[in-house]
Amino acid sequence: MAKSQSASLDRKKLLADPIMVTTIALLIVFLTIFILYPLAILLVDSFISEDGFTLDIFKRIMAMANFRRAITNTLKVGFLVGIASALIGLLFAYVEVYVKLRTKFMEGLFKVVSMLPVVSPPFVLSLSMIMLFGKAGIITRFLLHIYDNSVYGFWGIAIVQTLTFFPVCYMMLKGLLKNIDPSLEEAARDMGASRFKVFMTVTFPLILPGLGNAFLVTFIESIADFANPMIIGGSYDTLATTIYLQITGAYDKEGAAAMAVVLLAITLLMFVVQKYYLEAKSTATLSGKASRERMLITDKSVTVPLTILCSALAIFVILMYVCVPFGAMFKTWGYDFHLTFKWFGQVFTKYKGLKAFKDSFILSLIASPITALLSMIISYLVVKKKFKAKGFIEAVSMLAMAVPGTVLGIGYIRGFSGGLFGTGILQWLYGTGAILVIVFIVRSLPTGTRSGISALRQIDKSIEESAYDMGADSFKVFMTVTLPLIKDSFLSGFVTSFVRSITAISAIILLVTPSYLLITVQINEFAEKGSYGIACAFATILIMITYGSVLLMNLVMKYFGTSRRVNLDE
Amino acid sequence: MAKEKKGVRLEHISKIYKDPKTGKDFYAVKDQNLEIEPGSFVTLLGPSGCGKTTTLRMIAGFESPDEGEIYLGGEPINALTPNKRDTAMVFQSYALLPHYNIFDNVAYGLKLRKMDSETIKKKVTDILALVGLEGMENRMTNQLSGGQQQRVALARALVIEPGVLLFDEPLSNLDAKLRVSMRTEIRRIQQEAGITAVYVTHDQSEAMAISDKVIIMNQGVVEQVATPQEAYYYPNSKFVADFIGECNFLKAKVTGQDQVEVDGTSVKCATGNLSVGAECDVVLRPEGATLSDSGAIKGTVDYSCFMGAYQDYRIKVGDSLIKIQEYNPKNKKIYKVGDSVYLNFEDNTLYAL
Repeated sequence: MAKSQSASLDRKKLLADPIMVTTIALLIVFLTIFILYPLAILLVDSFISEDGFTLDIFKRIMAMANFRRAITNTLKVGFLVGIASALIGLLFAYVEVYVKLRTKFMEGLFKVVSMLPVVSPPFVLSLSMIMLFGKAGIITRFLLHIYDNSVYGFWGIAIVQTLTFFPVCYMMLKGLLKNIDPSLEEAARDMGASRFKVFMTVTFPLILPGLGNAFLVTFIESIADFANPMIIGGSYDTLATTIYLQITGAYDKEGAAAMAVVLLAITLLMFVVQKYYLEAKSTATLSGKASRERMLITDKSVTVPLTILCSALAIFVILMYVCVPFGAMFKTWGYDFHLTFKWFGQVFTKYKGLKAFKDSFILSLIASPITALLSMIISYLVVKKKFKAKGFIEAVSMLAMAVPGTVLGIGYIRGFSGGLFGTGILQWLYGTGAILVIVFIVRSLPTGTRSGISALRQIDKSIEESAYDMGADSFKVFMTVTLPLIKDSFLSGFVTSFVRSITAISAIILLVTPSYLLITVQINEFAEKGSYGIACAFATILIMITYGSVLLMNLVMKYFGTSRRVNLDE
Repeated sequence: MAKEKKGVRLEHISKIYKDPKTGKDFYAVKDQNLEIEPGSFVTLLGPSGCGKTTTLRMIAGFESPDEGEIYLGGEPINALTPNKRDTAMVFQSYALLPHYNIFDNVAYGLKLRKMDSETIKKKVTDILALVGLEGMENRMTNQLSGGQQQRVALARALVIEPGVLLFDEPLSNLDAKLRVSMRTEIRRIQQEAGITAVYVTHDQSEAMAISDKVIIMNQGVVEQVATPQEAYYYPNSKFVADFIGECNFLKAKVTGQDQVEVDGTSVKCATGNLSVGAECDVVLRPEGATLSDSGAIKGTVDYSCFMGAYQDYRIKVGDSLIKIQEYNPKNKKIYKVGDSVYLNFEDNTLYAL
């Protein structure tokens, strides 16, 4: 059997659509240059020397005690944070889905907890951790009278990362638990199993792959995290911070490249396991939709302890966030608790705050609509079209998810400081705002694409086919049918990418030049110097911006979103 | 109403798919040759997986054939994308654009053809009247019932005056009663518009009610192309006989011209080209025999049930159970389980395969 005719006909049909062909070609070029090439150049840097292939650079970095220590440190933290986040996430998800806690207060707490990591810069918790439990920490010093408590190091990083990442697990597991058909558990109860037995023999096995998935996602996040270890790690170096110091401190570009390759290898491996094994498995076991409402657990012996536990955790997390604006308003944290606006004032008078906010704001605002549009286009192509390069486009845009920011940053330095392959082509990009915008785009693309893909999968493919059949070409179909139908997803992609961009630091810190002041870089700088008042003031304003934009998005969606589709008869 | 009725011709069309489980290639459609006359209503009929929808989607351009060429109005169209083909499709799921109102849905194809707004308005109003949706222009699609949505889908397809109208199981999402009234409606509108229509369904009664010709497909191969009557009375294979209506197969032997022997009894039966002495299957429709106390073939009642319009029987003849339906049972003798009965046939009801 020869399938050649249909293949050649499909190709002809594709070529009859010049806008789509151009789009695909441009996408391939973009993804190749800005995702694949910087990673490839890291491999070249670390394996190829003047006399050809070599392992010398790897031998050299492996001989460094601090690098070997960084590997074990990173893995240790990642492991602990992964497990802790998955378990706390499970606790919250279970309580939300299974237990009757329908008080407004609890609902509010849960909502806030799930929102916080979205709107806050990644390292805010490190700041508050230091301010609450450090040497001058309110809790340690003033409540417990411990004067030399050290929050820096393994436990500091682990606690802060767990508190930062567990809401992600909570959201993932909540979705899974909601998909369990209650009649499965009722059947087990009916046959005589106790509630605990039901959990252990029915619920837990069903979500085990999902739990593994949550663990790995957090694990990847943890080992890729740069800002928290930077601020609260102290002398406890992880891979991300070691790489950063290797290039900014020791100016060892080949060494940093090789280290980045090691970090990338670890995250890639985890990502492949997570994406192609666990993710498929966790959705396969729970493909069904719940057939009806679940009977919530009302038993006081269950609800009371769980309520207390969850509230305590949630309040603790919220307290840590609340500590940031207060940190910006106390005269001297830990010594002088008079309220003052001097830090906020200094942000704008002394430390060019206005420029920092302007730069961050403008660059992020340029990047986010591009990201949103690009991810919608990629999702459209991936879900609705068939062509040869589809696999490539999907794989590379997802690959970006597994690339730690630090690795990408080093890749860009090595890949663009001398132009493409050192030829000077595209060298003009280096050190400009444009390259920062591109980094923002690449860093947010996977999340946007993923949400676009899941939104598009829910749209009956015959809707677009009907438009196509009526005479619209692919571009017209995309503009008049697809985009209007997924505008909610587009909008949330826009805002998510804006928030991610304005709070990004790991890749950016390696690429930013003095002509651009970015808020996150400022916060990092002041936090490292110990100027917590200024750092908190910056962070407070940043949280207000991000929170404001999420509120604005919700408002816009409420009034213009697809849920408001029905307009009544005129 | 249509600019030009166009015929469709499929020449040696094959489509190969990969079986996702075994990874092996198989023919979804194999060496299909069809001639669809301009202005006729033709139905592709068959069980799921027989290749009927694939055939329709190849005509529309969503799938590309692996072998052969498709002609629309005499022009080869293999290399054309769906938007360049003079076809319009009515989808199973209606596929209305949910963010547009009825008017904009119907006007979508016209706007793409760059017509002026006056013409568009007139055409949309006219077509909505034709499908019985006058005055609904400003409704949103989710404010319509399933039947109304399908009318909009039909109007949207008709209004661009395609050379051929394609239907992909358009009624399968509707309830049984609505299905019956909608199919008469579709037939009426097709006749009024005088348009060529290719219709896909797995429902044989729908196919019979609506079509000039039915194309019965099985496992990617066309079994028979015939009018509904021909297909019912003269099926050319056991598959067709069984698929179109209910059917008994009686093992028989040809004993002469139009004469066969069933269970030792000689009965009259159309034998066609079968030669004397050949083993054959006699096709007996359940309503094709009457029961009485004497007659041609003897049997025993195995099952007897009142169904309202008819009395439903299973009669044991030799080793086989024969399904018989006696219509209007009120004034007829009702046989009980265990009774001995005789089957009688009118002269031209039996057909040998």
